[in-house]
Amino acid sequence: MHSISLTVTLVSLLVLFGSALSAAVARSNRAALAVGAAGALLGSVLGLAGAALAMLTGTRVDSTLPWDLPVGNLRLGIDALSAFFLLCIFVVCGLAALYGVGYLRGYGDRRRLWPALVAFNLLEAAMVLVVLARDGVCFLLAWEIMSIASYFLVTFESERDEVRRAGTTYLIASHIGVLILFALFALLGRAAGSWAFADLVRSGTLGGSSLCFVLALVGFGTKAGFWPLHFWLPDAHPAAPSHVSAVMSGVMIKMGIYGLLRVLTFLGSGPVWWGALVVIVGVVSGITGVLHALAQHDLKRLLAYHSVENIGIIALGVGLGMLGAHYGNAQVAALGYAGGLLHVLNHGLFKGLLFQGAGSVLHATGTRDMSSLGGLLRRLPLTGGTFLVGAVAISGLPPLNGFVSELLIYLGAFSGAGALPKSASAVALMVLPALALIGGLAAACFVKAFGVVFLGEPRTTAPATAHEAGPAMRTAMATGAVVCLAIGLWPAGAVRLVSGAAEQLTGTDTSRNLGPFFSITLAATVVVALIALIAALRAALLRARTVQEATTWACGYAHPSPRMQYTATSFADPVLMPFSHALEVRTHGGPPEGPFPIEAHFEKHLGDMAGERVLVPLWRRFLRLNSRMRVIQSGRTQLYLTYVLVTLVGLLLWQIGGSFGG
Amino acid sequence: MVELGALSLHLGLLLVLPPLLLGIITKTKSIAAGRRGPPVLQLYRDIAKLLGKGAVYSKTTTWIFRAGPIVTLATAVGAGLLAPLVGPAAPLAFAGDVVLFAYLLGLGRFFTMAAALDTGSSFEGMGASREAAFAALAEPTLFMVLAILCIPARTPSFAAAWAFLPTQEWISAHPPLIAAAAALFVVMLAENSRIPVDDPNTHLELTMIHEVMVLDHGGPDLAFILYGASIKLFLFASLIVHILAPIPAGPAGLPVFLLGVATVAVAVGIVESTTARLRLLRVPQFLIGASVVAALGLLVLIFRGTP
Repeated sequence: MHSISLTVTLVSLLVLFGSALSAAVARSNRAALAVGAAGALLGSVLGLAGAALAMLTGTRVDSTLPWDLPVGNLRLGIDALSAFFLLCIFVVCGLAALYGVGYLRGYGDRRRLWPALVAFNLLEAAMVLVVLARDGVCFLLAWEIMSIASYFLVTFESERDEVRRAGTTYLIASHIGVLILFALFALLGRAAGSWAFADLVRSGTLGGSSLCFVLALVGFGTKAGFWPLHFWLPDAHPAAPSHVSAVMSGVMIKMGIYGLLRVLTFLGSGPVWWGALVVIVGVVSGITGVLHALAQHDLKRLLAYHSVENIGIIALGVGLGMLGAHYGNAQVAALGYAGGLLHVLNHGLFKGLLFQGAGSVLHATGTRDMSSLGGLLRRLPLTGGTFLVGAVAISGLPPLNGFVSELLIYLGAFSGAGALPKSASAVALMVLPALALIGGLAAACFVKAFGVVFLGEPRTTAPATAHEAGPAMRTAMATGAVVCLAIGLWPAGAVRLVSGAAEQLTGTDTSRNLGPFFSITLAATVVVALIALIAALRAALLRARTVQEATTWACGYAHPSPRMQYTATSFADPVLMPFSHALEVRTHGGPPEGPFPIEAHFEKHLGDMAGERVLVPLWRRFLRLNSRMRVIQSGRTQLYLTYVLVTLVGLLLWQIGGSFGG
Repeated sequence: MVELGALSLHLGLLLVLPPLLLGIITKTKSIAAGRRGPPVLQLYRDIAKLLGKGAVYSKTTTWIFRAGPIVTLATAVGAGLLAPLVGPAAPLAFAGDVVLFAYLLGLGRFFTMAAALDTGSSFEGMGASREAAFAALAEPTLFMVLAILCIPARTPSFAAAWAFLPTQEWISAHPPLIAAAAALFVVMLAENSRIPVDDPNTHLELTMIHEVMVLDHGGPDLAFILYGASIKLFLFASLIVHILAPIPAGPAGLPVFLLGVATVAVAVGIVESTTARLRLLRVPQFLIGASVVAALGLLVLIFRGTP
């Protein structure tokens, strides 16, 4: 073993696996919870120390552990890219594990909890292993454990129909992805004569291979949730317990980004269309993701669609980085990669926070349907406050962390649009209005989500009797919110976390090219100071005056009811209107009819455009194509025997021909 | 960073001038309609009067409702520190200040909309929803305008953009700026709830956008909102002036700046006097039209080459 950081990380891996095992044999829910959560927390803290150490010392090691398997030795290693993703995994999983202590307790004794705890720790360990793997076989093994562990988490509440469906879709989707990755690594391994990553980088025989790039984009894109491969995501993420949704949305889908970046280190920067394609994927994922999110009225499903949007933003950064690297423009490459990577961390933080907030709402009210919530800020002050922090952060607004990573991507796009050749600069230019539109729509979506759930009057009795989350859940949410604010106010420190990985990807010193961070801190401080100043002014003005309480002005109507408040659907309607041609909007029912209407109902649903316009037609075509094969399936035994005979004779002839020819 | 004299001039203009602009617009409209209209300084009096009042809060509301006006005003002033007024440089100038400018205004809007939803009134929800829709459509246009300004200088900063071209050949050397100014004018009308997107004088809650969101605010809160809104309009007007006529730094620039901003205000007044408000369903088309103009400017910029 060559490095302390790798050793520490491996110890944390052992803690995770060990605690998973112990939780599996625990006798009671209480014991399983104690062992599982303590293991996850300890593992995360240890691992965080390892990742931080690797970052500080710039560790770059590959080590080989003897392993008695026919596929060769176990190769693990750590470098700047791995260290950054390790940091993301441990931060998000650590907070989620802490939150999970309180959240799982909410299930009470109705069910056995150990499967969730075991699968959670296995999932975290598998993600760590994915990032540490330095060998194709080891990587795919870890990838598979990750998919299966998360499947068991998705199907934790398996007595519900939609949960089982979501789990099956998820399992199929992740295995289609794995199948493509098998093909990718088979190609890479055959060309290099080895599956070790070091050999793959060194051999360079498949450098610039577009087939490999497309396989990587599709295989890893299925995990990451690029449009239209995200079809499993909006079902699977909400189905899992909320702290697991936080991990799946926050870091697990980012393993797709990690895989893509890792494979790019084998393939090199490639032709210019690679970067352009990634940018276009980012634009499409970002805009369709946020539009679908706007139309949701299930809080967790809304958040899941926002993961598609944020993966799009990350792809915008990565694509810009690839374009910059292709043209040898160090500034564009550094800003693009650093922005994309920092958004990986930021999205993990605020999406974790938001899913935890949604979990507290679900915990407190028993529903995720926004149209039966409302007015929760009074009853859940901390959940509401931290949800607001997450909402502002995910909208990319200052002074929170989402702004910092989006700013880096904007800077990359601005300098790319000026400095790259014409066609590439047009692609970079596309990023600007796209990111602006995504930002505007995300703000609309989160004003809606926060406003409908936490503000106004309770729409039903469920939110009226809600209670705040327990101490473990509150601590996790408060910590997440503080970290979001810290990165927003001190971006210079946050960028140091990604500069090492960005340097590894661009091969140049990035420190000169990364941003005006002191000015951001200054401007954010000025705005915060202004807010404090104006608040103080208001307090001083109102001190000696009468401040009354009254009811909301209802424009003269005397008996408004809470059900008359604007709902999630009505809020989103005008925002979606200009895009309605591109979306699958379905409505049922209509306005009341006749002079004495008795009852009327109206429903509005948004189907997933990718599913209904792209994947289902593609699948139908595929089936139709395959149905031609039916002619050989007559069902008669004689015919099948003939097939066997023909095949054998064919093989024999081929063998004879081969031996004569050879 | 700029020196103390320029800083105090900037702050003075930013904090004192904005309500005057709305006075000029109202006066223009009054003259066009053949009325005498309220005095040009009316908004100053309104703000002073509101600051002297107490407040009434709905029992439904929480601290979000009270924070809304504060954040709106603070972000408007903060954005004002990033935008150039007299001369090309603002007190806070750095690569990326244009993005921060747009996003600070976005933060203010976020809290205005949240405060509206906090009242639980469906009218205010309606206003917030429309504001969100139109703002999301105006945002890409704003960024394309910023791109037209900043790409020749290769730095997304107001100061760099205006330092890049020699003053006298400004427009002739750089025709996409005309598209930028036109598109920005439309964004200004939309972001500041002016006709033809929204009617600041309407009296029917159902048709309001911005006004309905602040129905429940009163006293100092309403004063902050009115003041913040006037600052926002002032900043957009000054950007348009800068695009059409670069303003030299120092005392020489002051008369040019004042005249320019007043002209923009008169232009808004004339637009408001001569056009009717668009139907709500037409507003997105209007905004997308503006983004097409900006995109055209960008295409010219990219394929003709930067000057």
